[in-house]
Amino acid sequence: MMKISLFLGCLVPNRYPGIEKATGICLESLGIDWKELEGASCCPAPGVFRSFDEPTWLALASRNITLSETDERDVLTICNGCYGSLADANLKLKNNPVLKEQTNSHLSQIGRHFDGTIDVRHIIEFLYSEIGVQKIKETIVRQLDLKVALHYGCHMLKPSSNRATASVEHPSVFDELVEVLGCTSVDYPDKMECCGAGGGVRSALGETALAITEHKLGKIEGADVDCIVEACPFCHMQFDAGQVSLAEKGREFGIPVIHYSQLLALSLGYSPEDVGINLNEMDCSDFCNLLNELKKD
Amino acid sequence: MAGAPSIEEVIEDFNVLKCMQCGVCSGSCPSGRQASLNVRRLVRKIGRDHAAISDESLWMCTTCYNCQERCPRGIAIVDAILAVRSIAAHEGLILERHRQVANLLQEHGHAVPIDDAHKEKRMQLGLNSLPSTVHSHPDDLKDVKLLLASCGFGDITGGKE
Repeated sequence: MMKISLFLGCLVPNRYPGIEKATGICLESLGIDWKELEGASCCPAPGVFRSFDEPTWLALASRNITLSETDERDVLTICNGCYGSLADANLKLKNNPVLKEQTNSHLSQIGRHFDGTIDVRHIIEFLYSEIGVQKIKETIVRQLDLKVALHYGCHMLKPSSNRATASVEHPSVFDELVEVLGCTSVDYPDKMECCGAGGGVRSALGETALAITEHKLGKIEGADVDCIVEACPFCHMQFDAGQVSLAEKGREFGIPVIHYSQLLALSLGYSPEDVGINLNEMDCSDFCNLLNELKKD
Repeated sequence: MAGAPSIEEVIEDFNVLKCMQCGVCSGSCPSGRQASLNVRRLVRKIGRDHAAISDESLWMCTTCYNCQERCPRGIAIVDAILAVRSIAAHEGLILERHRQVANLLQEHGHAVPIDDAHKEKRMQLGLNSLPSTVHSHPDDLKDVKLLLASCGFGDITGGKE
């Protein structure tokens, strides 16, 4: 049985803890040998920190990876940003002896050493390839009759040279994991487009990020769905807090946003309040009522 | 230790001069639809001279990788943009908001640290008020700070006031 350590990152524990709670529920219910990666830091965020200084980015990412190497566990990420950062850094260090030596000389300052003995996983590809759709189908206790707009987000799939998932333009992995829970994944224009947050754009150029988000939300609005499902807390925040900002400008969408871990936990019998869907920035009370109604069926 | 490449290395390493200006990149760019980022023009600029480092549109890329995936010449466009950004950062060209995020990392080990409102949300969910990250492990936070110092990160980003 594969052993993993759960990498929390920044946004999940510090802004959307419902996703942390839901992920623990899912891993436990599926019988996965897991523990939290204690003492981990920011991945560090690729858009900002990798942009500034690659050696620093590699040093911090490798510290997180070595914590998991010590435990002899693969790292499981629940954020596209953390995945992008840690998986790309891990590959770079495994493949480039010069960078590895340079990084290890920094790590020696804190008594650590990068060996390159483990892999970095994303929860979607991990569930799909290690657990499988069939096992999930057998484990869940109820079907969720929801129409959802799936948002893959960018770094789960790209750059494809560093990813195991098959298709960048027309993937189905995430759709299959959602549909096995009874949901309908509704197709919509620009489904594979970015949420707008990445690359440091949300943090420094918020209006540009928000314009990209508004474009995407406009397409989702046309698809008439119950909610957006993503697998990245940064996309989650951009859609959730972004809708609050857009509403202040008079553009109201009212489309609830949930992470796949939260959706799967609902299928496992948990309530929306158990996994913090009510703790989004935007008001999700109608959606929580709908989910609680579904639960009674 | 110098962490940024030279513009010549970026051009060489990422095949920038193979660009034939076809425009698939800008046609695929979600940010280009909304902002003044024109990836095709930016790639040409990177290939020509050092001036690309002060081009504001460098920072409008969300790193979605559409352009890099679709480039018919196999140019690693996003990787090149990230590398040019690092040259800019090493020359002190960092947006103020990014500098603030860098300071948060240096102080807390998280780019987005916990606050009281979210401690409250954690407790509502039955979680510990602090997560099991560096927030609960001061020795690990000390290691993160030592590592950042070893890399000279504070000097690069202008450090804390």
